[in-house]
Amino acid sequence: MTAGVEIRDVTKTYGTAVALGGINLTIGAGEYIVLLGPSGCGKTTLLSILGGFLAPTAGTVLIGGQDQTHVPPKDRPTTTVFQDYALFPHMTLRDNVAFGLRMRNVDRATRAAKADTMLAIVGLEGASTRRPHELSGGQRQRVALARALAVEPEVLLLDEPLGALDLKLRRQMQDELKAIQRRVGTTFVHVTHDQEEAMAIADRIVVMNAGRIEQAATPRRIYTAPASLFVAGFMGEVNVIPLTQGMTPLGPIMAGHGTVVLRPENIGPAGPIPLGRARVIDAAYFGGYLRAHLTPVSDPGRILIAHLPQGMDLVAGTEIELFAQDPILLEGA
Amino acid sequence: MKVFAPIYAAVLYGFIFLPVAILVLFSFQGGRLPVPPFNGPSLKWYEAVLGDSDLMAALGHSFLVAVVSSAAALVLGFLAAVALARYRLPGSALMRGVLIAPLTTSYLIIALGLLGMWNSLGLTVSLWATGIGHVVINLPLCFAIVYAAMGDHQRNAERAARDLGAGEMQVLWHITAPMLAPSLLAAFFLSVTFSWDEFIIAYLLTRFDVTLPVEIWSLLKSGLNPKTNAIGSLVFLVSVVMVVTLELAVFRRTRR
Repeated sequence: MTAGVEIRDVTKTYGTAVALGGINLTIGAGEYIVLLGPSGCGKTTLLSILGGFLAPTAGTVLIGGQDQTHVPPKDRPTTTVFQDYALFPHMTLRDNVAFGLRMRNVDRATRAAKADTMLAIVGLEGASTRRPHELSGGQRQRVALARALAVEPEVLLLDEPLGALDLKLRRQMQDELKAIQRRVGTTFVHVTHDQEEAMAIADRIVVMNAGRIEQAATPRRIYTAPASLFVAGFMGEVNVIPLTQGMTPLGPIMAGHGTVVLRPENIGPAGPIPLGRARVIDAAYFGGYLRAHLTPVSDPGRILIAHLPQGMDLVAGTEIELFAQDPILLEGA
Repeated sequence: MKVFAPIYAAVLYGFIFLPVAILVLFSFQGGRLPVPPFNGPSLKWYEAVLGDSDLMAALGHSFLVAVVSSAAALVLGFLAAVALARYRLPGSALMRGVLIAPLTTSYLIIALGLLGMWNSLGLTVSLWATGIGHVVINLPLCFAIVYAAMGDHQRNAERAARDLGAGEMQVLWHITAPMLAPSLLAAFFLSVTFSWDEFIIAYLLTRFDVTLPVEIWSLLKSGLNPKTNAIGSLVFLVSVVMVVTLELAVFRRTRR
């Protein structure tokens, strides 16, 4: 099962502190949405409101067209994969996964069969009679996912589900999460502060900051056409250069007025836009590229970060000619 | 040091257990007095105990009171612990204090209070009154043990259960209670032990259907007798069984 979600003017305040300030978001049925932002941006608060663990101060939440704003968690068509998994330690994996079905009065044989199927989907076939304490972190994560999906929710909520895993396992589980979501077709709403995870997994990324949505768009658009300096900076390293009537301290990069954002990989020894000469401050080997700090001759107070081809011989103090491509214009920023 | 430690341990354990060992030894006495010289072993006093219908009735009463009052204290203590640990209630610090307070009150005071209340209500004292008295003394114990064991770990599991469609009673039954099983068992067995050998409340609040400690007391009034040693040994055996059960069932499991 799958359904869309509509969040209308949702605010959450604690006394005078504003956790969420007027959130509006429409999530399509079957979409994989990632809520991305730094700690304290309100992403987990928003997820808790979707799951029914928190009531918004104002606004409404519709799931599948039904107003769910004040429906308690047990009656919502949502389930959650919690950050700490929250498995039931006194139950076998089968009983863990079958718990939701048991609460829905599904008979024992049917729910055991369903639980075993779900465990197989997450790659834990044959482990039904084991207990949570016998599993590794990654396996517990899979059980939590199987348990939440077993009741066929309309919307699955994931609260930093990969946060406790090591980097390699996290990257592997990202791919699996995406594959499982494609297979079951459920709407996934996934909270993370890891922008690489968001890029790898999301149909649409919702970047949040200070209780507001900065931008909601595909990973490509978020990266190549950020709506704000915050989004540009959160999604990766940037060089920020002021632009006044088509002129910058480094020359005429592009037309317009505001701020030019250049990604480090878009600055190099060749390209359509000349940036003039720059002196190398330092350079470090990063495998695929050299990450270099440079200071433009025409604007000595500025430091540019560039990813340069690894073949270049960069000695501190030497001057090289720099060029740019794909500049991003943020008007008025 | 190497010599001192074992000697110290032997003296300490001797201090604690020598009286009990003497009691058990002279329960097998062949003669009429539980004092040296020992001329046995003989099981005749155990025979006398098991053939004494008053003693056996008292044993049954004690068992009934211990199990029923402990079960009641456990259920009430568990529910109180859930309420105070999980919900934000007005004056919860005060409520916690009042719940724990009977632990610090002397059993004599509690017994006198219950006796006065029972009389002013025009009721005759009975096993029921004793059972209620035992709930009063064991409820704070059960509450304190269970309350101390409730942590975020259970809280998160409870939240997950609600998320999966469990109502509040289902959460308590399927998640909270099983996850607290070691503490619940510990609280129950401790309550049973306390109730089993409680004397003052039972003495003041029973008249005809007395519990075992009260029956032993009335035996002692007619002088020392190997029979009292035999019944004492049986009571001690029950306590040992309880402690061993607790160790095996509860602490072994939590340590795993």
